[in-house]
Amino acid sequence: MVSSQDQGEPSLLSVRGLTKLFGTFAACDGIDLDIAPGEIHALLGENGAGKSTLVKMLFGVLQPTAGQILWQGQPVSIASPGQARSLGIGMVFQHFSLFEALTVGENIALSLDPKISLSRISDEAASLSKTYGLPLDPKMHVADLSVGERQRIEIVRALLQNPKLIILDEPTSVLTPQEADRLFETLFKLKAEGRSVLYISHRLDEVQRICDRATVLRHGKVTGVCDPRQETPASLARMMVGSDVAAVHREDLGTPGEVLLDVRSISFAPRTPFAVSLKNVSLNVRAGEVLAIAGVAGNGQGELFDVLSGEYPVADHDAIKIRGTSVGHTRINGRRLLGAGFVPEERHGHAAVAQMPLSDNLLLARAHSDRKAFLSGGFAKVIRHGAVRNAAARICQAMDVRKSGDDPAAGSLSGGNLQKFIVGRELDRQPAVLIVNQPTWGVDAGAASRIRQALIDLAKSGSAVVVISQDLDEIFEVATSIAVISEGKLSDAYPAGTLSLERIGLLMGGIHDSTQNTSHEASKAGEAAHAH
Amino acid sequence: MFEAILLTVMTAATPLVIAAMGELVAERSGVLNLGVEGMMIMGAVCAFATAHMTGSPYLGVLAGIGGGALFSLLFGFLTLTLVTNQVATGLALTILGLGVSGQLGESFVGLAGTKLQPITIPVLSDIPFIGRVLFAQDLIFYLSIALIIGVNWFLFKSRTGLKMRAIGDNHGSAHALGINVVRTRYLAVLFGGACAGLAGAQLSLVYTPQWVENMSAGRGWIALALVVFASWRPWRILAGGYLFGAVTIGQLHAQAFGVGIPSQFLSALPYAATIVVLVIISHNRRTTLINTPASLGKPFVPDR
Repeated sequence: MVSSQDQGEPSLLSVRGLTKLFGTFAACDGIDLDIAPGEIHALLGENGAGKSTLVKMLFGVLQPTAGQILWQGQPVSIASPGQARSLGIGMVFQHFSLFEALTVGENIALSLDPKISLSRISDEAASLSKTYGLPLDPKMHVADLSVGERQRIEIVRALLQNPKLIILDEPTSVLTPQEADRLFETLFKLKAEGRSVLYISHRLDEVQRICDRATVLRHGKVTGVCDPRQETPASLARMMVGSDVAAVHREDLGTPGEVLLDVRSISFAPRTPFAVSLKNVSLNVRAGEVLAIAGVAGNGQGELFDVLSGEYPVADHDAIKIRGTSVGHTRINGRRLLGAGFVPEERHGHAAVAQMPLSDNLLLARAHSDRKAFLSGGFAKVIRHGAVRNAAARICQAMDVRKSGDDPAAGSLSGGNLQKFIVGRELDRQPAVLIVNQPTWGVDAGAASRIRQALIDLAKSGSAVVVISQDLDEIFEVATSIAVISEGKLSDAYPAGTLSLERIGLLMGGIHDSTQNTSHEASKAGEAAHAH
Repeated sequence: MFEAILLTVMTAATPLVIAAMGELVAERSGVLNLGVEGMMIMGAVCAFATAHMTGSPYLGVLAGIGGGALFSLLFGFLTLTLVTNQVATGLALTILGLGVSGQLGESFVGLAGTKLQPITIPVLSDIPFIGRVLFAQDLIFYLSIALIIGVNWFLFKSRTGLKMRAIGDNHGSAHALGINVVRTRYLAVLFGGACAGLAGAQLSLVYTPQWVENMSAGRGWIALALVVFASWRPWRILAGGYLFGAVTIGQLHAQAFGVGIPSQFLSALPYAATIVVLVIISHNRRTTLINTPASLGKPFVPDR
């Protein structure tokens, strides 16, 4: 497709030696990048590799310290997002820059020429969303929409400005496989119209599937430019991480032992208008098992975690049993004393207090369950700082947590390192039952594989592990059995080897099998698809 | 008799409505300015002094608006440019305003004021009952009604108003879209100051045409409560302002007639009503999300 282009014709966008310093730290260090017209170009890299910083400079949100940006061969300085848009650059952010209090139409209007009337924008948005297969109602309030719908607003908003280059930041991290397929169709349409796409991702299979070229970043430097279809996932990962990613090592975990976590038909009404109600959820996990719960965000994962951890007790005391003891009314600390451990989804605010040092965060979680080790003085509960610090250091050592200083504030750690710490904080107790929600969300490949290995090792040592995750690769890596949650309903658990990706996709979309027969057919269909 | 009471209620409600409209615009843009009382009293002293020295109450109105706006600029500079804490700065502004106005107005204490005369609109004012009440009022009353219509149109129909609501909802995203957060907030703060100043001018030129130290007497705080009471909606400010105005007047009449309700209870009523409204709106998360400016009171520092 680039063949029609003469040798000397300039790229749509070229970046030469682009550098961004924060103090003395170089987030981007002499980056070169070329995007041809009509190509889908991947920007690959781990968390903290400098992808976001680079993209923010291209979109005028940040100003480069040094280097040059060439747009259609002309040097430009992009002082603001408005200027980027007027050049023809559109952006779809990873964390949506939408206004929840406003309607879809108003959200779109904000980024457009103020002379165009709101009603015309609504009409155009409606017709555009039809052309590209992105259904939207301009009068809805964003607060009432799902994540997938919110992303559509972002894309339509970018398209309305008729951009030559569209930047997408981790667009599929919130979508079902089917929704992602639809997004890819949209991207191919854009490409066919001669527009360029800069596609930021850490999902190698997607990049190989849809991208024409890839630029790989590591520690703020370009480590390779390649055609992703000529590479293997392993070779791409090597460019991203710099060394081979330790493949998660899973031997046969052996025959499962006794049931350690038993949940029988929990229903739980939503506590807020935005929460999902749990409908008749049952599960049980045996010693040595890893049960993975797949599902698209916002289908009741958070609510399920809350009732399992005891953050919100359930009505029936016998509905949840940990090691045979009924705990339906028992709160978190009571469940911890029975040998359970919990790692919630949000690192900041839920799992850790960002402003407090690691040792204090350790104490906050385990002061009750490890009272003898960390507190002295009986009733006075005097903190034994030495013991707490030693334990924190032990966890950092065990999980390879990289930090600056002895006992830094939790908020100063990168996402991956803090996640290693809060998972390690529970593993350090050798819990009999461990429940984790999105253990590697937004974590780089190295840290993710370390965490997954630790979960498998824990199960091997005879614990029951529940992993709630949106990442299907992760699920296939760690799970011995898989269940899917959709709209607050949990499917049966299937042995990990018997489920195909397509089948999980259907379950995630809420298509539950009512009879054994349909499930049989579906798996046959899956096999047939594989055979081709 | 009823007409007379209604007229006094309107005179009491007008400064509340005006000051609250100004604060509503500032808060919709995400700035919490607790200095309404201070800006109001500065407006009152500037208006009185100018009217007294020039003999023109209309120049006094302009001076009141200018005084309030100028004083709010200090707040804007501190909280938007120097990014100081909005709550602490607002409180300081109120204390400073009360002090400075007392100093400026010292020589005017006890002097006769210049009252802003009613403007009678021909024809309309001949309508029985409502004509006398609605169309034979002073300039500031008419302005208060125009303000509500204007602000409502601005916020919900104009593009600039949309941008302002966007900033109030999420200033980070607004910045990323290329909206100038700090400039818009400066304008909103200035507008709030001008309105508070106008409300002050009403006090010293219409309500009681003279200068008395601390004559705002807590009306700035009632205006602040009124914004929350109205859940950041312009028309509800009108309803709430008249309700609170009626309570203020009722308090005076109750005392005069020797009704056994303690006056402290009546003075506390607007605040109690505000708390009840807060409980009601926070009960429904959706209405809270859609009406409350989510970035209210949060400092904004753009990435460099």
